Amino acid sequence: MTSRRDFLKTSGVSLGALAVGPELLRAAPAFGSHPLLRPLPPVYTDPATRELMMEALDAAKRAGASWADVRIGRNRNNSVNTREQQVTNVVESDTMGCGVRVLVDGCWGFSATQELTKAGVGGAAQEAAAIAKANRVAMDRRVTLAPAPAHPNATWRSAYTIDPFTVSLEDKVGLLLTANAEAQKVRNVRFVNSGLSFVKEERNYANTDGSVITQDYVRSWVTLSVTAQANGEVAVRGPEVVQPAGRGWEYVLEADVVGNAAKWGEEAAEKLTAKPVDVGRYDLILHPSQLFLTIHESLAHPTELDRVMGYEANYAGTSFMAPPEKVLGSLKLGPPMMNLVGNRSEVGALATIGYDDDGVQPDDFHIVKDGILNDFQTTREQAPLLDWWYTKNGQQPRSHGCSYAQSWADVQFQRMPNVSLQPGAQDLSWNDLISATDRGIAMIGRSSYSIDQQRYNAQFGAQLCYEIKGGKIVGQLKDVAYQMRTPDFWNAMDMLGGKSSYEFGGTFNDGKGQPSQANAVSHGCPPVRFKNINVINTGRAL
Amino acid sequence: MSGDLGTPRRLRDFSVHGVLAANSVITREEAQSLIERTVRLSKADAVSVSVQSGRETNLRFADNQMTTSGATTNTTIRVQSVFGKRKASVVTNDRTDAGLRRAVEQSEAIAKLAPEDPEYLGELPAQTYEPVPAWFDATAELSADDRAKAALTALAPARSANDLTVAGYIVCNASATALGNSAGLFAYHRSTNANYSLTARTNDGTGSGWVAIEDNDWTRLDFNAVATAAIDKARRSRNPVAIEPGRYTVIFEPEATANIVSSISGALQARSADEGRSAFSKTGGTKVGEKILDERVTLSSDPRDPLVLGSPFDGDGMPVTRQVWIEGGVLKKLAYPRFWAQKQGKSATGGANSLRLAGGTDTIESMIASTERGILVTRLWYLRAVDQRTLVYTGLTRDGTFLVENGKIARSIKNFRFNDSPLFMLNNLEGIGAAVRTAGGGSLVMPPIKVRDFNFTSLSDAV
Repeated sequence: MTSRRDFLKTSGVSLGALAVGPELLRAAPAFGSHPLLRPLPPVYTDPATRELMMEALDAAKRAGASWADVRIGRNRNNSVNTREQQVTNVVESDTMGCGVRVLVDGCWGFSATQELTKAGVGGAAQEAAAIAKANRVAMDRRVTLAPAPAHPNATWRSAYTIDPFTVSLEDKVGLLLTANAEAQKVRNVRFVNSGLSFVKEERNYANTDGSVITQDYVRSWVTLSVTAQANGEVAVRGPEVVQPAGRGWEYVLEADVVGNAAKWGEEAAEKLTAKPVDVGRYDLILHPSQLFLTIHESLAHPTELDRVMGYEANYAGTSFMAPPEKVLGSLKLGPPMMNLVGNRSEVGALATIGYDDDGVQPDDFHIVKDGILNDFQTTREQAPLLDWWYTKNGQQPRSHGCSYAQSWADVQFQRMPNVSLQPGAQDLSWNDLISATDRGIAMIGRSSYSIDQQRYNAQFGAQLCYEIKGGKIVGQLKDVAYQMRTPDFWNAMDMLGGKSSYEFGGTFNDGKGQPSQANAVSHGCPPVRFKNINVINTGRAL
Repeated sequence: MSGDLGTPRRLRDFSVHGVLAANSVITREEAQSLIERTVRLSKADAVSVSVQSGRETNLRFADNQMTTSGATTNTTIRVQSVFGKRKASVVTNDRTDAGLRRAVEQSEAIAKLAPEDPEYLGELPAQTYEPVPAWFDATAELSADDRAKAALTALAPARSANDLTVAGYIVCNASATALGNSAGLFAYHRSTNANYSLTARTNDGTGSGWVAIEDNDWTRLDFNAVATAAIDKARRSRNPVAIEPGRYTVIFEPEATANIVSSISGALQARSADEGRSAFSKTGGTKVGEKILDERVTLSSDPRDPLVLGSPFDGDGMPVTRQVWIEGGVLKKLAYPRFWAQKQGKSATGGANSLRLAGGTDTIESMIASTERGILVTRLWYLRAVDQRTLVYTGLTRDGTFLVENGKIARSIKNFRFNDSPLFMLNNLEGIGAAVRTAGGGSLVMPPIKVRDFNFTSLSDAV
C-alpha cells in the first residue's frame, strides 16, 4: 500500500507547488490574521490530482468500461454549536477520497476509496467494472447517455468572498454567544441554541469524454433557536431564522444575528400568549422563508424525472406528474402568472455550480411556464427519455445538469437544482399583500412539513402565524397548519410579490436515494397569496 | 458465520485487486494501534480518539431495470483534544502518521481557542464491556454476483408478469467502531447488517406493495418470500376507494408500529424533560413513576437483544446495558448521558436506541377477525412532529391500506393523512401481536398493534 506521502513523491510534485494549489494537501488553518485581507487562491486542477484521475479512467477502460468518470474530492465541514452562554461542540472535519463510476455493456458500477494512490484509484476502477459485469445477469435495458461537450480544462468557484475556514474560532464563538445573550435578555426566554455550519468542497471531476474540471464550493448556515416558557406554555422561534446560502463568512456577517436576536426572542415570547387558530378556510400569505419549502416539496420533488419514471418508487416515491407524455405541455399547475425555473446559476443559491457530476454545464429551464408543466429535472442518463418532447419544441435534447453526489464516497444521480418561483410583473411587497387581504393568516418561517409519496397531499406549519383582519395584522395565532392538494393549492394562488420581495430559502439536507444522500438546494420566491385554503388546529392536550 | 470479535476474514469482493488492507474494515489490533499512535502524538491535557470504519456494498433496481450499484470503503478518525475544560474535535480520513499529526495539532490549536465547556467531565477511564456477537462473515463477504442473483428474485417474476413494476434496494454494511483516550479507555465493536426492501407496483398505477427485511446475517434473508409478499400486496391494493377521514380502529403492521412508536425515543431524554420542554415534563418535574400508557405497554432497549444486536458501548464509551423505559404502562426512567446524570445525581443510562415494544399474544389475523370496522395499515410515511409537547405527529399511510369489515379485509382504500400521538395511541390499545425485527430503519423490534380512535384527518390520492 502506498501512503499519501509516497503518492506525493511518485507524482513528482513538490510540497511547495501543492501548497499554493487548490488546497488538496491539508494544512492547519492560520488563526488571527484578518480574513478580509486574504485574497482567495486561484482555482486550478492540481497536476497530481489530474494524474490520479487519468489513472482511474485508464484502469476503468482496461477493465472493459465503455465510459467512465472519476471524482476526487476533499470535503471540509466546520461546526460550532452553543446553548445559552456555553459552547457545546466544535468539530472540524476534513476527508478526501475518490469515486469511480463505469458503464460496462450498458450497466453501471461504482466504487469509492479513500486510498489516493495509483493502486487505490485503479483498484476502485476495477471494482466498479467488476460490479457492472456482475450486474449484467440482471440487466434488461442498456443505459445510454445524452451527448455533452467535453470541458478539458474547466474551473469554477462559488460566490464567497471570505473563506469561513480562515475565520478564527474566537470570532465564530463570539458571534454566537453575543447573539444568545441578546435573546436571553428578553422576558420569558429560557433557552437559546445557536450554531454555525460551514462546508467547503474541492470537487475534481474527469470523464472519458475528455472533461477535466475543478470546482471550489462553499456554503454556510447560521441557526438560532429561542425557547420561551411561562405558565406551562412553551414556544419556539427558529432554528431556521436565517436562510443558508452558497456563500462565505460575509453572508454570516450580513445576517446580523446579534442585531436580530432580541427580535427573535420577542417573537417567541409573544407566541406564548398567541390565540389558538379556529379551524376553517383562510386566505394565506406565505413568506419566502415558509413558501420555499412548499415549493420544494410540492413542485420541485415531483418534477424530478427519476421520480416520474419510477426510479425512486422504493424510497422517496414517484410523482403525480406522470407519465411525461400525458402531462408535459398540458398539466395546469397554476394561473398564467406562475413561472417556475430550474437553474444552477442563481448567485448565492445552494445548488448553484459550474458543472454537474456528469460533467455537464447546467442550463436554466422553465419547469412551469405560464402555469403549465413544461419540463423536468434531468441528467445525461435521463434526458434521452424526453427526446420526443424536445424535438417537438424545436429544442436540442440535452441534460439540464442535475447530476450530483454528496461526496466522493457516493454515486451521483439526479438531484434537485435551485427551483425558483419567478416574481410577478407588478412589484408588490409583503405589506401590499397583507393590506389587500380582509381575512387571512400570514405565515413566516419553516416548521412541521409532510407530504405523500406522489406529492399530492401535504401539511405545513410555520414558525410564526399572524392573523390578518381588514388588511392588518392583529396578533399571533398558534397551532396553525394548512392541508393541501398540490394542483388545487397552486391554482388558488392569486397574488404574487414582485422582484423587490424575492428571497431565497433553502436547506443543506434534502434527502433522496438509496443509500440516502443529502443535497443542498435553494428556492427563490416572492411572498404569495393563496385563496381559501384549509387550515387545521394541531393543538392537543395530554 | 462467526460471531466472535476476532480478526475478520478477507473480503472476497476485494481479493482480486491486491489492495485488501486498504479496503477492509479495521481490525481490533489495527484500531488499537491507530489510537495508541494518535494518543502518543498529543500534547494536550487529555485526548480521546474515535474510529469509524465501514465498507458498504449495495445494489439498486427500479422500473424492472438494474440502476446503480456500488461499494464504498472508508475509515474516519475523530480526535478530541482537551486543555483544562477547553476542547475541540477534528475528523480526518488520513491514517498516515502525517495525517494523524495534522489532526492532533489542528484539534489542539482549535481547543486552545475554545471557551471552557462547564459540562466536560474528564476522560472516561477503562471500562469493561460484554461483547455483542453482531459480525457475520456471510454479510461482510458478499459478492456483487450474490447481490445480482438476489435482485433477480424480484426482477424475474415482475418481467414475466406483464402487470408489475418492481423497485428494490439491497445494502450490506460491515463496520467497526473503536474508542480510546489518554485515560486508558479502549473499546472496539464490529458488526454487519443486511437490509432488503422491495416495492411492487401494478402497471395500471393503482396498486403498490412494500416489504422489507433486515438481519445482521445475510443468510437469514428470504428474498423469494419478500418478492411474493410485495407482489401479492400490490395486486390486492389495486383500485382503492375513498372513504371518509375520521377516527377509526386501526391495525398497524409491525413496520407501521415502528414508524410512529419510535418517536417516543426522543422524548425519553432526561434533560429536555427536566427543562420542562418535553412530553414527559410536568409542572415542577417529570412524569417518571406515573402511569402514562396502557398497562400492556413495555418499552425497553438492549444491545444484546437477539432480534437486533446493538453496540456494547455508546459514543462516550459508556457500557450499554438493558434499560426498561416504560414498564406496564408506567414511565420508569429517562435517558441520562454522563454529564446530566452527574448533575442530577442519577446513573448514566446510554441512549434509548434499538427500542423493543414488548409483544403480546394476538396476531394480525386475530386482530382483523375481532374488528367490525377498521383499517389495516402496512406502513407510515413522511412523519414529522407537529407538537413536541404532545408528540403529535403527522404523516401518511403508504403501500397497502385496507378496509376491514366484519372481521375480514374488505377492500383496498385510498391513503390517509393522520395527526396523532403515540402517547394517545398506546392508551387506546386493543391488541398486541408478536414483536419482530423491523427493517424501515432504526433497529427496532415492534409488534403489530390494534388501537381505537386513531385520527385520520384527510385523504391522499397518492399510490
